[in-house]
Amino acid sequence: MSFHPAMDYGRGHHKSARALPEEGPAFVYTAENRATFEEICARYPPEQRKSAILAALYLAQHQQGYLTRNAMRHVAEAIGCTPADVEDVVSFYTMFYTRPVGRHVLQVCRTLSCALMGAERVTEELAKALHIEPGQTDAAGEFTLLEVECLGACDRAPVVGVNDHWHECQSPDDVKALVDGLRTRGAAALSGCHLKVEKS
Amino acid sequence: MEPVLTRHVREPNAPTLSFYEKTGGYQALKKALGMTPEAVIEAVKASGLRGRGGAGFPTGLKWQFVDKKSPNPKYICCNADESEPGTFKDHVLMERNPHLLFEGCLIGCHAIGAKVAYIYIRGEFYHVQEVLEAELAKAREAGYIGKNILGTGFDCEIFVHRGAGAYEAGEETALIESLEGKRAQPRIKPPFPAVEGLYGCPTAVNNVETLCNVPLIIERGPEWFAQLGPEKNGGPKLYCISGHVKKPGVFEASMNVTLQDLIYDEKFAGGIRGGHALKCVIPGGSSVPVLLPDQLNIAASFDGVAAAGSLLGSAGIIVMDETTCMVWAAENLLYFYRHESCGKCTPCREGCAWLHNILGKIERGEGQMKDLDLLLSISNNILGKTLCAFGDAAATPVLSTVKTFRAEYEAHIREGRCTVPAPWRASRRSVAAH
Repeated sequence: MSFHPAMDYGRGHHKSARALPEEGPAFVYTAENRATFEEICARYPPEQRKSAILAALYLAQHQQGYLTRNAMRHVAEAIGCTPADVEDVVSFYTMFYTRPVGRHVLQVCRTLSCALMGAERVTEELAKALHIEPGQTDAAGEFTLLEVECLGACDRAPVVGVNDHWHECQSPDDVKALVDGLRTRGAAALSGCHLKVEKS
Repeated sequence: MEPVLTRHVREPNAPTLSFYEKTGGYQALKKALGMTPEAVIEAVKASGLRGRGGAGFPTGLKWQFVDKKSPNPKYICCNADESEPGTFKDHVLMERNPHLLFEGCLIGCHAIGAKVAYIYIRGEFYHVQEVLEAELAKAREAGYIGKNILGTGFDCEIFVHRGAGAYEAGEETALIESLEGKRAQPRIKPPFPAVEGLYGCPTAVNNVETLCNVPLIIERGPEWFAQLGPEKNGGPKLYCISGHVKKPGVFEASMNVTLQDLIYDEKFAGGIRGGHALKCVIPGGSSVPVLLPDQLNIAASFDGVAAAGSLLGSAGIIVMDETTCMVWAAENLLYFYRHESCGKCTPCREGCAWLHNILGKIERGEGQMKDLDLLLSISNNILGKTLCAFGDAAATPVLSTVKTFRAEYEAHIREGRCTVPAPWRASRRSVAAH
């Protein structure tokens, strides 16, 4: 990290300040995940299995909830690269978690279009309702609250991502209903994407 | 202009193969496969189609640059990363009109001699990926994708590749790196992807909306496409309007439409919400200079917006009303750029953090007058000094807001507080810990 004489640079919030992920329990793919992984590898030229690394990591993350060093070693073995290659990728992309997260990961978009529509206040109300700060997971392991960058639903601002799904047009007053809804009905409480017009 | 790209998107079952076939789908592919690859490229060139991802580069030329003589396989990478703040048009096309995209990919592959197209979709579009995968399977079953397509001997595969949360993956060489299973960091250019792209092979990287226009050009002819808009700005265009408007959303129009109409017309965004006055507009995703209310009576075309001193970019129009603090807005964007900087080039990696810190200081009322010059100095030391356009994108919001709203910055510093504290902002600032 370099320093500018006129600048209070601050500490500890740059990507380069990294902590090692935890070792975690022994990890191998379930037979089903292994099969899916091989299926995805077949989409790329045989000598380019590394292209499947993001998909491989998603599978591991779905299986275990987050990525440990053991999981990364297993992915490295499956791909045929080094564990360092895998960690290089994990530490770059924001959608991989190297710490345990709650059952519902609430991702409030904080970028301009959502912020203009009051995303800051949605985060504030969620933090109050869950008694956690952004970046934290509640004691019961039920909710993780994150502020994330543009989710690409700027016309339905503020948008909250919950795990892999969207919950659109949140106002600060809706927060209690969202939290209660997730507690009682899970993902069924979410609006989903407004573009879907078919009845499921 | 009657919508063509988004004509059916609100109808039930619009994404399905049967619906697409019923409305004339895959006819352009039939026609294109009867043409030589050169003729397809000539048609796209004649149409004047310009890339819809942000740079506005002519698509026909991009395809012509793909090194045909190379013994290596060729690839099309469809850029469906769509992460420019304020942009959400490709999402509509992929979720509600996926076969149009597949058809565009297939015609593109035929034109450049590729056998595989990868659609690189951003990780946050999980539900879009589900639609794409399901419809890909149906298209494959119906013989539009795979071996010997439509009995012409043309083989082509399309695969969806899901990213994992990185703005930088929208840059074409970073996208290729990410597809290869690495960090999404840009490459040194040249060589350009047309010569050495995915796996070192000749590659064309095209935006979703760009590829979706290709079947239209083949089916209705380049002349039809070109006459839809001003010279060199032909074809239908999707505009994404967000922020303080009554009806935010995606709107299709020809590039003859003015920014003024897009924001105020009832057919489009319907004006500013809550009876407020307009303060400024960012016309092309967060990375371009702001325009003031008196600058909006211009064609919302690549050339029209450029002549007004900004850029059409990805056509992500972010509208801000009088309650918006511009120092806050710049700080918000610079947090984004600081967070998303891939870290490869020093001016961008370090500079974005400095800019964000200084803007935060000014917004909190702790700024000094000399900070304004420091902001400009840092921005100018990022501008043009990085491998990709990210650096320029990050410096622009600062340069543009300091230039246009200098009095507002000075008031923050003089009064030691935010002078435009809107009720829709949080009482307490929090910055995400990642």
